[in-house]
Amino acid sequence: MTTMEKNREAAPPGQKLTTYLGQNLRQYGMMAALVVIVVLFQITTDGKLLYPNNIAALIQQNAYVLILAIGMVMVIVAGHIDLSVGSVVAFIGGICALLISDHNVPWLLAVVISIAIGGLVGCWQGFWIAYVGIPAFIVTLGGMLLFRGLAIVLVGTTVAGLPTSFNDISNGSLPNALGFLGDLDGLTLLIGIVAIAGLAAGQIRARRSLLHNDLRVEPFAAFAGKLVISAAVIAYITYLLAKSAGGTPIVLIIVGVLVLLYTFIMTNTVFGRHIYAMGGNLPAAMLSGVKTKRVNFMIFVNMGLLAGVAAVVTTSRAGAAVAAAGNNFELDAIAAAFIGGTAVSGGIGKVTGAIIGAFIMGVLNMGLSIMNVDPAWQMAVKGLVLIAAVAFDITNKRRAK
Amino acid sequence: MSPILEMRGITKTFPGVKALQDVTMTVARGEVHAICGENGAGKSTLMKVLSGVYPHGSYEGEIVFEDRPCQFRTIRDSEERGIVIIHQELALSPYLSIAENIFLGNERSRRGVISWTETNKQAAALLARVGLDEQPDTRIIDLGVGKQQLVEIAKALSKEVRLLILDEPTAALNDEDSAHLLDLIRHLKEQGITSIIISHKLNEIAAIADTTTIIRDGRSIETLDMRGAEPVTEDRIIRGMVGRDLAHRFPAHEPDVGAEILRIEGWTVHHPVDRSRTVVDQANLTVRAGEIVGLAGLMGAGRTELAMSVFGHSYGSDISGRLYLRGEPVAIRTVDAAIAHGIAYATEDRKHYGLNLIEDIKRNTSAAKLQRISRFGVVDAAKEVTLADQYRREMKTKAESVDVPVGKLSGGNQQKVVLSKWLFAEPDVLILDEPTRGIDVGAKYEIYEIINRLADAGKAVLIISSELPELLGTCDRIYAMSQGRITGEIPRAEATQEGLMRLMTMEKTA
Repeated sequence: MTTMEKNREAAPPGQKLTTYLGQNLRQYGMMAALVVIVVLFQITTDGKLLYPNNIAALIQQNAYVLILAIGMVMVIVAGHIDLSVGSVVAFIGGICALLISDHNVPWLLAVVISIAIGGLVGCWQGFWIAYVGIPAFIVTLGGMLLFRGLAIVLVGTTVAGLPTSFNDISNGSLPNALGFLGDLDGLTLLIGIVAIAGLAAGQIRARRSLLHNDLRVEPFAAFAGKLVISAAVIAYITYLLAKSAGGTPIVLIIVGVLVLLYTFIMTNTVFGRHIYAMGGNLPAAMLSGVKTKRVNFMIFVNMGLLAGVAAVVTTSRAGAAVAAAGNNFELDAIAAAFIGGTAVSGGIGKVTGAIIGAFIMGVLNMGLSIMNVDPAWQMAVKGLVLIAAVAFDITNKRRAK
Repeated sequence: MSPILEMRGITKTFPGVKALQDVTMTVARGEVHAICGENGAGKSTLMKVLSGVYPHGSYEGEIVFEDRPCQFRTIRDSEERGIVIIHQELALSPYLSIAENIFLGNERSRRGVISWTETNKQAAALLARVGLDEQPDTRIIDLGVGKQQLVEIAKALSKEVRLLILDEPTAALNDEDSAHLLDLIRHLKEQGITSIIISHKLNEIAAIADTTTIIRDGRSIETLDMRGAEPVTEDRIIRGMVGRDLAHRFPAHEPDVGAEILRIEGWTVHHPVDRSRTVVDQANLTVRAGEIVGLAGLMGAGRTELAMSVFGHSYGSDISGRLYLRGEPVAIRTVDAAIAHGIAYATEDRKHYGLNLIEDIKRNTSAAKLQRISRFGVVDAAKEVTLADQYRREMKTKAESVDVPVGKLSGGNQQKVVLSKWLFAEPDVLILDEPTRGIDVGAKYEIYEIINRLADAGKAVLIISSELPELLGTCDRIYAMSQGRITGEIPRAEATQEGLMRLMTMEKTA
């Protein structure tokens, strides 16, 4: 009993702020990078970057990366890769548009069918990867060609003439149901307040539970600082959106729900744990009773479902299905995941990280566009950022050793 | 004659840790010099300083090799002077041939074009020198660990080695291969090659070393002359290593044996790829509650294969035979079914098969039975931390919290996490494969105590070990295996090393 008490003393509930920051440099480094990039463009664009309407557009334009990056993190953490998502987006987008325009399927039903087909595409690829044992790189490289071909066969060049209500998914905003507060949209403000309250309540509860069980927590300064800064960021974005022409973009709600849902899945469910376990050490996961084939299969089914959602969002944003839609989407999603700290070798990666990575790319796109930089240069800059981010990650790990 | 190597006042600090403090060591020309110490004592760090892995300037103190001071900046610098280190984890390229590996980075070539005749000819000569009867164009992957070790030594010889450093050379070898390796070291000594050998196997050190330097907590404690008038016993070395007298290397234990829990009958397993090869042949075995049963055998006898095939068919093909738990026949074909039936298997290779090194202690602890702390697929994180911390305290795992990645822990503490993981799964049958491999003496004792506690808690424990004293010291009953068959069963009171060894080397008849 005495040794137990001694050990308890040896593990004090708080740790030093500096060591804590050192250990979590990677995570905060990327957030800091995002802030720096935003500030930089805010200066070079004479403050145009953070115009309320631009913030709304930033979210609407990048919704597809945000959605695909979520699935891609899971794929990469498990030690795989998915090169097919861009083609799958074009393929499913085509089906969705054809269902609505040629077969008069109500658009909401068409959306549900599209996402389900995404799941089937995932089953197809998951089967080869998980049960036949073909590397994901090969299967999805095949899928990239296969689904791009099918998309062209289905769509031809363009399927247009989609209903406004469908196009509103990616272009519209939530209705101004609560009126205005000055020039601010009431509903947007309410959503912002709920988000901040939810965040604070969740964080405080988690900390309490750790303290209650006499376990180590992050230093109070880090905890409070993080909370205040996150709340301030949400408040500022809420303010900007409330000021924008439409208020809260509908697609922000979709993305927000997905981020919360998948963060929960990855951190708090057995399925999420098994993904990390497999990516970290596959044989050890097998010998711990993880049904690795089934988990692999489910990861790709999930990626397919999210590709279905991204297809709906992309088609809605364009107001039409295009055979060339989704070109390079897989690379955007993979880049977002890696910029967001996902390890190339698997086992490490967070949904929130990928979201930050996607925003870094999105802000770069938007800032450079406002500055009228040639798209060719934009592409080159993004490439350099990807390399710099991973280089930072690797040198940081080496330093930690 | 002046010594070949002198290291004086070596101090090496890492941020926050003094890994070596004023270490002094003198190696005489042509001797076999052993370095002993617990894991983490600083042996490997010292050798890294010597071989230039830690460049000159990153440590204090001086190194004199063959009467010239050394200021190595890279491993290449030290190799040029004839100092070659062979690491515990072999650094051979598996898909290249023996000859290619021997001359890797040192190719037999003219103007950048490899001369294959020369490469293979010289390789063959080196293989003959180390007594390895293999063709130079054989791929490394087709060799066993023992032979790979010999290839490493041949590679060192190709560099005209003057001082050979071997870090745990026999850790992964069976007794026969170990004996061959020790013979080779003696043979090299006759040819004038000085060796430094780091080993946990004290009987080997007693057999081969001329001098032993003991390192404890980063300091050189003493140097023992192994060839003096007074023979140096293993206990004497242990005393130096742990700084205390270990009168008993194994904790005393009175078994309280209950009902039979695990029984296998006619258990036969075939090789997963080559199905015609029988790896385990008609094995019968029982383990009772509260009983610690040993499984002895040389490498390749089929011990691990037997254990893993019982553990949810995680090894082998065409598995036949009957498996009973508490007298009831059961069919267990997957690992998760095995865990659900209360069987746990802690692997011999914790780094590759036991732990997720990039994850923290708590997640490794809960990995084998997340159901215990989850409902509807959702993990209760608070419960996880609490339980993991409880096991950390019970095992006395040295870590400041359960948030520490297991990759940062020492071997002994990693092993405690492996044990925590399997205790977390709440098994009735615990199969421990080489539970103390690569662990220092002090931590071994703690692991034995844990094993005893598990048995006292009514669990059936099966221990696989290559160290016979360990089996004799901890087990209530020992099975011996040879060539896939169980060749004997001996109660503790009647077991001797010689008797077991006879059973372990029993040839297949008929």
